[in-house]
Amino acid sequence: MEKLNVGQTKELFLYIADSIIESKPFLTEIDSQIGDGDHGIGMAGGFEKAKEQLQEKDLKTINEIFSTTGMAMLNSMGGASGVIFGTMFMSGVKGVAPSEYLELKTLSEIFANSLKAIKERGKAQVGDKTMVDAFEPAVLSLRESADSSKSLLEALRLAEEAANAGVENTKNCIAKFGRAKSLLERAIGHQDAGATSTWIIFRSMREWVERNGEC
Amino acid sequence: MKKIINNPKNLVEELLDGYIAAYGDIYERVPGVNGFVVKNKKDKVALLIGGGSGHEPLFPGFAGEGLADAVAMGNIFASPNPATILEVTKAIDCGKGVLYVYGNYAGDNLNFDMAEEMANASGIQTSSVRVWDDVASAPLERIDDRRGIAGDLFVIKTAGAATAMGLSLEEATRVTKKARDSVRTIGVSLAPGSIPGSDKATFELPEDEIEFGMGLHGEPGVKRTKMMPADELTSIMMDHIINDLPFQSGDEVCVLINGLGSTTFLELFIVNRKVSQILESKGIKVYDTNVGSYCTCQEMAGASITLIRLDEELKKYYDYPAFSPYYTKK
Repeated sequence: MEKLNVGQTKELFLYIADSIIESKPFLTEIDSQIGDGDHGIGMAGGFEKAKEQLQEKDLKTINEIFSTTGMAMLNSMGGASGVIFGTMFMSGVKGVAPSEYLELKTLSEIFANSLKAIKERGKAQVGDKTMVDAFEPAVLSLRESADSSKSLLEALRLAEEAANAGVENTKNCIAKFGRAKSLLERAIGHQDAGATSTWIIFRSMREWVERNGEC
Repeated sequence: MKKIINNPKNLVEELLDGYIAAYGDIYERVPGVNGFVVKNKKDKVALLIGGGSGHEPLFPGFAGEGLADAVAMGNIFASPNPATILEVTKAIDCGKGVLYVYGNYAGDNLNFDMAEEMANASGIQTSSVRVWDDVASAPLERIDDRRGIAGDLFVIKTAGAATAMGLSLEEATRVTKKARDSVRTIGVSLAPGSIPGSDKATFELPEDEIEFGMGLHGEPGVKRTKMMPADELTSIMMDHIINDLPFQSGDEVCVLINGLGSTTFLELFIVNRKVSQILESKGIKVYDTNVGSYCTCQEMAGASITLIRLDEELKKYYDYPAFSPYYTKK
């Protein structure tokens, strides 16, 4: 499977949503250690809303799937993660030509735009113990895979690994943003919840393509 | 933790339903979002306040005459989303612009920034003042990293008066920033609050210990010690705020003794007794005092002390009459 049509892309997004919703207790646990414990609740709520809208609306392009997901999250979640994860899906497709197919090159382009938008809005860099620590390496990995014409599944597997390594790196950092900031070195040893959600998003994309690869 | 709630998913909607049921004579809801406006819109710069829910009476309780014109409410302890802020903004703008006053937290900053961009794009002028009064949350050199806590009250009071007195958006913003820069707060925690809808407490603290400077959501403070008498802990808190601005002999201040949720008026007045003694001994004149639970975190036990230094200009706004169900100034 190298190309997902609109229907398949929608299924992929519903699977991402379910994966995050299932991870709510895990994300809550991680966030309670250094944050205020609401990350899992917020993300699950945002993806519930995204699921509803993806199922209700008649979406004609993959661009609409990304923007619908992003808007649903942005307009339901609140908190820093509402803006950041809303931007991840919403801003990525800005300026990208409407398409009925999602392939590696498009995905890489969309997420590269998202990363830029997130960094501009949140002012975070790699090493600040945020979702950027997982998202940036995953996006770079996608681009490399696209440039070297890897398969979609292989590209997602590498991106997932890069995101996971990024999550591990957040354990070594002091937080620059959010409520973990005031913990200073006491935050070391704990992974960032936003980075963890980012990894789950890539993991579930890989899982879906792996399971549905034959169709 | 026993809580009188229904489905945790609907906490904020149900809070708002109940609030409007009680005070529908002065407020009305903004359709489709968790926000409300003061009825009978006036031709002036509008003041919008907002933040996470669960800290009541802040923010809903500070909308009214001479106070905020509208409130955008977030989920429990989470900032409102841009759509909520934008809808409320549209409901109160009358062409003279909208001033946003909110606490300086990562989530609030991101969501209000985004809402401002959206409002500006639809032709509404905006400006914002982030409140950062908590002296324990960052050193003075990084004052813009500090969190906003009970000092919100004085900043909202000033902004409400400034906009009610007909100042332009630019002037109202200047005056509100001046108030913000004159406010200092520190809190002390005795026991955590709960996160409604979750089994968890916001933090853990041994039965015989207290923590100075702990944030409203359990953010770590500056010092954890054994429990001590009221006068002693009040003196420690006063040292932190007086040295920070610093407040000096000859200054005139307003005092706010704020309960964090479950602390009683008995305790708050005992704290205020010592605060007034300390101020007198330092030659700092008390212009006015407010004692109550304004900015809370559920059942959290503890108190915060806020001082604002007033000059002749700020006094004018402080003295302006204000009314809401939770704050009155005649």
